[in-house]
Amino acid sequence: MEKRVYETLQETLFYEKMDNGLDVYILPKKGFNKTYAVFTTNYGSVDNQFVPLGKTEMKRVPDGIAHFLEHKLFEKEDGDVFQQFSKQGASANAFTTFTRTAYLFSSTDNVEKNLETLMDFVQTPYFSDKTVEKEKGIIGQEIRMYDDNPDWRVYFGAIESMYHNHPVKIDIAGTVESIAQITKELLYECYETFYHPSNMLLFVVGPVDEQKTMQQIRDNQAKKSFPQAPEVKRFSYEEPSDVAKKKHVIPMHVQTNKCFVGIKAPSVPETGEQKLRHELAFHVALDYLFGKSSPHYERLYREGLIDDTFMYDYTEERGFGFALIGGDTRDAERLASEIQTVLLSFSWEAVKKEEFERVKKKKIGAFLRALNSPEYIANQFTRYAFYGSNLFDILPALSSLAMDDIAAVASSCFRDSQIAVCEVVPKGQ
Amino acid sequence: MVDEKVTAVGPIRVHTISTDKYKTNTIVWKMKAPLAKETVTLRALLPYVLQSGTADYPSVKALRTYLDELYGATLNVDLAKKGEHHIMTIRIDVANERFLPQQTPLLAKALQLLADLLFRPALDGGRFVTDIVEQEKRALRQRIQAVYDDKMRYANMRLVEEMCQGEPYALSPNGELEDVDGITAEGLYRYYERALAEDELDLYVIGDVVEETVLDAVKQRFSLPDRPKQARASSVSVKPQGEVREVIERQDVKQGKLNIGYRTNVTYEDDDYYALQMFNGIFGGFSHSKLFINVREKASLAYYAASRLESHKGLLLVMSGIEPANYEKARRIIDEQMQAMKNGDFTDEEMAQTKAVIRNQLLETLDTPRGLVEVLYHNVVSTRKRPIDEWLAGTDQVTREDVVRVAGKVVLDTVYFLTGMEATEDGKTGV
Repeated sequence: MEKRVYETLQETLFYEKMDNGLDVYILPKKGFNKTYAVFTTNYGSVDNQFVPLGKTEMKRVPDGIAHFLEHKLFEKEDGDVFQQFSKQGASANAFTTFTRTAYLFSSTDNVEKNLETLMDFVQTPYFSDKTVEKEKGIIGQEIRMYDDNPDWRVYFGAIESMYHNHPVKIDIAGTVESIAQITKELLYECYETFYHPSNMLLFVVGPVDEQKTMQQIRDNQAKKSFPQAPEVKRFSYEEPSDVAKKKHVIPMHVQTNKCFVGIKAPSVPETGEQKLRHELAFHVALDYLFGKSSPHYERLYREGLIDDTFMYDYTEERGFGFALIGGDTRDAERLASEIQTVLLSFSWEAVKKEEFERVKKKKIGAFLRALNSPEYIANQFTRYAFYGSNLFDILPALSSLAMDDIAAVASSCFRDSQIAVCEVVPKGQ
Repeated sequence: MVDEKVTAVGPIRVHTISTDKYKTNTIVWKMKAPLAKETVTLRALLPYVLQSGTADYPSVKALRTYLDELYGATLNVDLAKKGEHHIMTIRIDVANERFLPQQTPLLAKALQLLADLLFRPALDGGRFVTDIVEQEKRALRQRIQAVYDDKMRYANMRLVEEMCQGEPYALSPNGELEDVDGITAEGLYRYYERALAEDELDLYVIGDVVEETVLDAVKQRFSLPDRPKQARASSVSVKPQGEVREVIERQDVKQGKLNIGYRTNVTYEDDDYYALQMFNGIFGGFSHSKLFINVREKASLAYYAASRLESHKGLLLVMSGIEPANYEKARRIIDEQMQAMKNGDFTDEEMAQTKAVIRNQLLETLDTPRGLVEVLYHNVVSTRKRPIDEWLAGTDQVTREDVVRVAGKVVLDTVYFLTGMEATEDGKTGV
């Protein structure tokens, strides 16, 4: 077991790679009641073409299958794993992103039992024709719920506009039609390909004893056998660097206009410190331009073009990165054009050193605040680890971030060719 | 379990909670008054105007720049109702300088800022700045209207409106659209003075702090004249039992929202409160509950089917998202689950499961500064005090007879269904 001490943050992290390839991290947190554990596989909605384990040819699977698999993994021959967790006083959940599927529990009691349940249920698939069919009704309602949600529609509409081919443009849950094609055989195939321990990471954070917990995980993993698995071959999509569509308008039965401006990064660093820096530089640039202390925020707010739903965020994952800026507005078209003007007229040379330093200070405070949350630590640590970077390097990376980093982001991304707009407007307008 | 020290500084109750769990320190300011039609919109606007500037930082930009300088201190406000009280909240969260290269006294600065927001707001000739008030009126209108576009929130709001017609609880904490226009900078300023003079005031400081230091800082900066103690009225108005109402509303939606309201006739003040929590947990509060198992897992009708309590008002609210054509089927299954509760048709295992999960939920809530304050604030809203230890023990002691007794008090009041435009086989009853 390896011990990593982060002096400034007063955190100590323990790490070990299991014999089967599973990466395990434990972060003891004294004083907390709750232990949070998340077991994540490096597999998400964008992985819809790959070479199945033991095969040689690329295969295309139905949209939404990673998310469907996430739902189905909770069901076993003898019932539902949720029941098991709640008997042990835990609350369990799972989520699927573009590139990850995560299973988690949090509990203040019976941590050892719950951890055992988590490892065992994720590593014991059971799918039947009957339960697969039944799940289609539940996920169908999940999809319908999002269909009626204008915030989701404008968010996804902006992503759809940015991408030509990349499956990030496909809704994580798929469609009612695509999930109809899912069978138990397909679920097993995806499971066996992506849920190999060497493609997974387990993170435990809470008031635990690291020695005992690591031993428990070692013992649990040693009881199970897995075939040798080569690294997963995923399809690599040819994606042009510019946006697919400049503008997309969705009429809906709403009272308020909504607008998102999307910025598509033409390329993103693959791994490591470079990736971390690129992501942070993008965040800092957005904060500088659109934060509540920016001149633009003040002006747009005064003009009533934005309100407290206004947000901006940058998402960078395996092979793609995009930013979204916007929210509710009284005039979607004008807000879109104002945001684009801000981006296109941004000159990083004009950024004053003290303003840049102030944004960095703000980011440092926000990072410390985020570390109050065990969920944030575990989920974000996992995300960075899958890209070969480290969550706890954020503080030094932020401190050393230079104007050049901002300049690089601005010159490659704040261009007309990289910007797409999506608006939700009241029907009949 | 929670080291809460409470001391009065003038009319302000100062609650200090000392812990080294967090990397930030949190300050929460709460102002409580009765929920009433005449004041609800003024109160919905006031904290937003206050967070838009102080005498020293008289604009959003100036104020937010200062917050960024304080290592990204966050400042946010919100409104809530608890029973028939309307509560304004202002929160400031600031990094603990222990983790920073510079040893700036951030907590003291944050307390000073809160005091400035409250007692030295940005003014123009003895009233709030008209521009700020007008901007915040516009933002408030947008906030009120936004509920119409979020169907889950909308259905929930409509159910409560229909169910509590004529009771203060029908009011939305965000105020009333038709009352926004009439608010002036002078009028709002007068209301601000009145709220500071009359509201119940609570200040929570949570983090790596020492009680004496906090009290000294508060005494220096927060000076308000004492006020006569008010008799604390019960927070609930009880509506006479009438017939069950069914309200069906049509909109252009793909998913129907079936929301059902019950009167529990039990509140936070009552001895049966823990039994009511247990009832809700077995019935619909969790993923092992009857609603989730029967509506979602067995019948495959919904992605979500759950219930929650409004403890200070004594309401039980069920929510679910279903195919419009499945209205009758979903209602029948929900009715059956309620009947099962009344018949005592639940296992000892369900009892044990629910106790374990409620205990877990409470302890987890205490792990976040925000959750901690919300749990402790129940004791301010209610005349009944429930320390955390009692909360845990109280839940543990609930028997199946207690749950059945509480189930007997739960009465169906209103069924609300938001559905699509097309008439459907069994959803066409009513309007």
